[in-house]
Amino acid sequence: MTCLHLLLTLGFAVSLGTPVEIQRPRGVPLTKKQFYEENKPFTCLDGSRTIPFDRVNDDYCDCKDGSDEPGTAACPNGSFHCTNAGYRPMFIPSSRINDGICDCCDTTDEYNSGAKCENTCKELGRKEREVLHKMAEITKEGFLLKRQLIEEAKKGHQEKQSKVTDMQENKKQLDEKVEALRTVKETAEQPEKEAKERHLKAWEEQKAAIRLEKDKAKMAEAFLELDDDADGFVSVSELQSHAELDPDADGTLTEIEAQGLLGGAEQVDTSTFESVWPKIKDKYHSESQPEEPAPVETPPDEVKEPVVDNDSEPYPEDDISEEEDEDDEDEDDYHEDDDKAPPTVKTPEKSDEDDEAMPPYDADTQALIDAAQKARDDFEEAEKALREMDDQIRNIEKELSFDFGPDAEFTYLYNQCYELTTSEYIYRLCPFNRVSQKPKFGGSETNLGTWGSWSGPENNKYLLMKYEHGTGCWQGPNRSTTVKLTCGKETVVTSTSEPSRCEYLMEFTTPAVCQEPSNADLSPHDHEEL
Amino acid sequence: MAVISIERMGLLSVVCVFLFFTSAFAVDRGNFKTCDQSAFCKRQRALKPGQSPYRALLETLELSDSRLTLQLINDNNKVHLLLELYRLQGNMTRVKINELKPLKPRFEVPDVLISEPPTEPLSVLSKDDNGVVLSLGVENQRLIVSARPFRLDIMEGPEVLLSLNSRGLLAFEHLRLHKDTQAQTDGAEVKESVDGDQQQEEKDEGGERDKEEDGLWEETFKSHTDTKPNGPTSISLDFSLPGVEHVYGIPEHADDLKLKTTDGGDPYRLYNLDVFQYELYNPMALYGSIPVMLAHNTQRTMGIFWLNAAETWVDISSNTAGKTVFGKMLDFVQGSSEKPQTDVRWISESGIIDVFIMLGPKPSDVFSQYASLTGTQAFPPLASLGYHQCRWNYNDQEDVKSVDQGFDQHDIPYDFIWLDIEHADGKRYFTWDPHKFPQPKEMLQGLMDKRRKMVSIVDPHIRVDSGYKIHNEITSKDFYVKNKDGRNYEGWCWPGNSGYPDFTNPEMRAWWASMFAYDQYEGSMENLFTWNDMNEPSVFNGPEVTMHKDALHGKWEHRDIHNIYGLYVQMATAEGQTQRSGGVERPFVLTRAFFAGSQRYGAVWTGDNAAEWDHLKISIPMCLSLGLVGVSFCGADVGGFFKNPSAELLVRWYQTGAYQPFFRAHAHLDTTRREPWLFGPENTALIREVIRQRYALLPYWYQLLYQAHKTGTPVMRPLWVDYPKDTATFTVDDEFLIGSDLLVHPVTEEGSRGVTAYLPGAGEVWYDVHTFQKHNGAQNLYIPVTLSSIPVFQRGGSIIPRKDRVRRSSACMENDPYTLYVALSPKKFAKGELYIDDGHSFNYDTKKEFIHRSLTFANNALTSSNLCPDCNFLTSSWIEKVLILGASKPSKVLLKVDGKETTVDFEFDTSMSVLTLRKPGMNAGADWTLLLQ
Repeated sequence: MTCLHLLLTLGFAVSLGTPVEIQRPRGVPLTKKQFYEENKPFTCLDGSRTIPFDRVNDDYCDCKDGSDEPGTAACPNGSFHCTNAGYRPMFIPSSRINDGICDCCDTTDEYNSGAKCENTCKELGRKEREVLHKMAEITKEGFLLKRQLIEEAKKGHQEKQSKVTDMQENKKQLDEKVEALRTVKETAEQPEKEAKERHLKAWEEQKAAIRLEKDKAKMAEAFLELDDDADGFVSVSELQSHAELDPDADGTLTEIEAQGLLGGAEQVDTSTFESVWPKIKDKYHSESQPEEPAPVETPPDEVKEPVVDNDSEPYPEDDISEEEDEDDEDEDDYHEDDDKAPPTVKTPEKSDEDDEAMPPYDADTQALIDAAQKARDDFEEAEKALREMDDQIRNIEKELSFDFGPDAEFTYLYNQCYELTTSEYIYRLCPFNRVSQKPKFGGSETNLGTWGSWSGPENNKYLLMKYEHGTGCWQGPNRSTTVKLTCGKETVVTSTSEPSRCEYLMEFTTPAVCQEPSNADLSPHDHEEL
Repeated sequence: MAVISIERMGLLSVVCVFLFFTSAFAVDRGNFKTCDQSAFCKRQRALKPGQSPYRALLETLELSDSRLTLQLINDNNKVHLLLELYRLQGNMTRVKINELKPLKPRFEVPDVLISEPPTEPLSVLSKDDNGVVLSLGVENQRLIVSARPFRLDIMEGPEVLLSLNSRGLLAFEHLRLHKDTQAQTDGAEVKESVDGDQQQEEKDEGGERDKEEDGLWEETFKSHTDTKPNGPTSISLDFSLPGVEHVYGIPEHADDLKLKTTDGGDPYRLYNLDVFQYELYNPMALYGSIPVMLAHNTQRTMGIFWLNAAETWVDISSNTAGKTVFGKMLDFVQGSSEKPQTDVRWISESGIIDVFIMLGPKPSDVFSQYASLTGTQAFPPLASLGYHQCRWNYNDQEDVKSVDQGFDQHDIPYDFIWLDIEHADGKRYFTWDPHKFPQPKEMLQGLMDKRRKMVSIVDPHIRVDSGYKIHNEITSKDFYVKNKDGRNYEGWCWPGNSGYPDFTNPEMRAWWASMFAYDQYEGSMENLFTWNDMNEPSVFNGPEVTMHKDALHGKWEHRDIHNIYGLYVQMATAEGQTQRSGGVERPFVLTRAFFAGSQRYGAVWTGDNAAEWDHLKISIPMCLSLGLVGVSFCGADVGGFFKNPSAELLVRWYQTGAYQPFFRAHAHLDTTRREPWLFGPENTALIREVIRQRYALLPYWYQLLYQAHKTGTPVMRPLWVDYPKDTATFTVDDEFLIGSDLLVHPVTEEGSRGVTAYLPGAGEVWYDVHTFQKHNGAQNLYIPVTLSSIPVFQRGGSIIPRKDRVRRSSACMENDPYTLYVALSPKKFAKGELYIDDGHSFNYDTKKEFIHRSLTFANNALTSSNLCPDCNFLTSSWIEKVLILGASKPSKVLLKVDGKETTVDFEFDTSMSVLTLRKPGMNAGADWTLLLQ
């Protein structure tokens, strides 16, 4: 143990280069020198007690506030002042005195620990001045840029506002135009509808007439066919030759049944046959035509489709064997179908359909339709234009509603994106919109949060941006990102990190946060004490 | 960390295998066996107490000076066993039972005993057809061997201290040939699933038999089949403890200090397992196993050490367990005939019966008895008793640097910052991620400049990767554990497909140790230490998240050695750290898995706990249980590993952890950051304050670790250890002692406004360390608390040295002066010790470079005298202050050093009776006396 109630003779020079000597106990700042008067009793700075001066810096803590030991580590709550000539003065906790670690650049904290400290104040001072100088330049230029940004934002804001106003005016006109066109459209559609209905009705009637004609022709043909002996009558026996007409479907058309079909008569002439024909025409097979086959059910298509593998089964072999099993079953089904009815190709009744195609509209109707269609197109076009206009207005209004800072200096970031590529990922910041991360070598994008709010400290909330509700984390929260804004000439993402899982931190420089440089001070040493 | 982040496993496509990991915050019990699902446990437990089929063949008795041997026969199957009895120095008895002629050798656990325990002569006092009486030498102690049925009783005078096989539960499944290969074998062989089978079960043939056979030669749990080429090999033995109601130990379990009876539930299980989000207050197995149980009553403390490394289950029953306090009182009043008794039964899957019975009689005797068998706590570097800042993970060098700076900015001391698995390049241990940690030495140098240190994780699973040096060397040296077919065993762990080095192989361990050399572990420096996690071993896709039991370690099955694997990992790692400095510097290695003897290699923590109040509470009994069985350097993750703690819980956890031996904050990857300054200035201040209290007490902690290292006495201990006759202390586990002199009752309830602490010791006094207020012993004291309160008391009669100048790391405080806190007993007496060395080397041991002083206050004089006169160590530390609590005001204080007398200034606080001696100034290593006149 050594007695350490040393007085320091501090000799140094900063700006003037002339040595100045000021004596005071070790670790005392100049501002408090007057409390430490040599050879006079010392009163603790909290006034709690008074002790002989030789107990100041005697490496024993007498004052509760630690003020009697400014230069030793004796008091747990004390602090040590290093002058750090050439750099900036500072206080360190007295626990860092003689702890073997160089804290003060002027080495004064390690006077008895054996630590080999070098005075680095000049170097630090120089570096700091350089940095400050650079910073000041950046701030200066950045602030100029910021002013431009503010100007541009102002202009942009006005432009947008007037644009919105203009657009709202235009919109009104568009609204009217849409309404007018709607009326035109409705007016044109009424006659169109009536003409179309007329046309359709005429066609329906025509179709019915044709069908009647066809039926009559068929009946006549059938009569001729049935009337085997060509006596002008169809007799019971003649009818019996057409077994397909058997009403009870027992395979034979008996005499009685045939007579029944003929309305109880032995034979019928052509005019009476008219009442018989409706009863038999559905079953009747023309002798001249091949028998109409029964409709065949085609096997359902889906059965042949391969099974879609929705499961993420890890064993593809199993899937394959399963599929094979299913295929086998399918084939069995097929055979059963074959037994029931051989597959045949269905012949479409094309000719009939052709007959039944609706004839084109007549010229008058077509003219009405064309007119209505044009009115519809015009109306829809106008309506679309109105919707687009609405969207544009809404977008501009949304943009105008954002908090782009006290002077709208952050406006220029809107609709922009900035990227930073790291060893693994590409990070993308789209201010006021979202932050995302994409693996550099393939893989899908992860949302690290969408725009939440400004979240800086109370005195300047515009220093931090918060993006929230990104993609969820496994067993964790949704991803979120805090963007820290610092003054810079350029608008760049300078770093990203993930301090906590799924909570990202992005550093971003922009002129928009550059403060107006105070012309007064570029050097930190003005208040430096000597 | 046991948790699996599926996101992070990425391409490893373990999703299917690990779906069970995604469950909410609770252990998935279905992943771990109950006794019923463990074939041998089920078989053994089906045996009921009764007539034992074992008989001692007295005619085979052979007695040499140190050893008695005797054959036992199972009358059911005629298999002969060999019993060996040893009387060991220090009042211990060793009982070994093996097959007389096993088909092949059975596993006997090596490397746990520090040496073959020295024996003392046994002598036969009497012998007849019914048994033999042997003298155990001390105090009228006798060992009685009864022949039919076989039974051992240890007596002292007329009292039975402990009996073996008194309930007839000795059962030894002998090695046999599989029935398929032995066509001639009659049914008797098969149905006798447990050799101790009793008659009634013999009759029970047919259906039941096949089922049981399944478990004999093969066993399936979930999708894992355990082929059992050796068939049934389990062993079991029962112990009766007359007069005992309190048993402790057999960690690791997340349960109360006092062991519970296991009737109607599962036995306590000892099987090192990586249990994801473990549940509290149950007997499930956890990461480590120490098969040592302590039995205690007001008269005596004893211990049972069951030296077996296979899966083990311990059943406890008690004849008083069901009785209410009133019932017991009634017994007492009526002079009830029945003496309280605890019965214990150990069941292990393989190996032999090798039991050490430690007869105490005092708690400290049991500690030194156990220490004489398995060694003592490694004496850690002083810095490792400081505060450790850990997180899964500190992301990169920049992160490490900013956390380090954060501590300085907030003026909070710390000694170690830790790097979890993400620091390594693709989980290839011994490497560094080239992007995140490109300049490890620069980072370590930065920490060294602040006199701080780092720990990096090195787990025993090795990434199977032909581009990885460690893997290639292990492969080429053929050091991997093999599967049953003789190929390298592979399993999934953090890196994906991994091999597991065979740490039971001494050559493998020597090679592993050599990997810690500075030129092998690139980027390492002397301030880089090691953390062994996942060394149960954890195998994500293995049965019960560990290795298949039929995997092979040389000729032994994993089944035989499972519980000792983790010990070997830490042993080899600690050896490597010692070797890298040429044997000069002490290692520091933290392990999660452990076994008896692990205390010799470093620190243990309680694994992956959670940020919940109950987990904070359980940290106390968990570390107390470990301390009782040798592992003093114990701690729990401060703050809780899983989940996010509230600020209150975090503060309370710091306050608790600061008063537990191993003090480390740790957090899961998915938690939000929780460095001490992230919870607002008020909480930062509270945490700073308690970490500073820890640092001020480092001299005391260090001295206690030295004592633990020398004697095996636990550092953090239950009250009953120091107050063995005070029954009120027997179940206390919400408060504890640090050494003998500090009593801590942490606040572990949310929103607590007060705690009730039991202050033991009739006629003693305790001083509140914060206010110096004096309280009487043998009382329940209600203490109102605020968030800043940490109820801590110093025992009247003790002297505790502190370093009250707390600095940013323990190394910075090396030469700082001491303040002595002298707490007087009612008889105005106090004593304590002061231990000083360089804090980090083995020179204390190899060169006797330390100071060990006895401090005594008696007759108004405080004297420092040398406890080690032939030691040499110089310190620049001095005594800056002496506080005497409970003093009266002297007229004058004199200091005598080297025959010279000087007066010492003092102050006296009348309200608290505290005398403060101002700057006596003598060197801490000197002889001196302070006289109060």
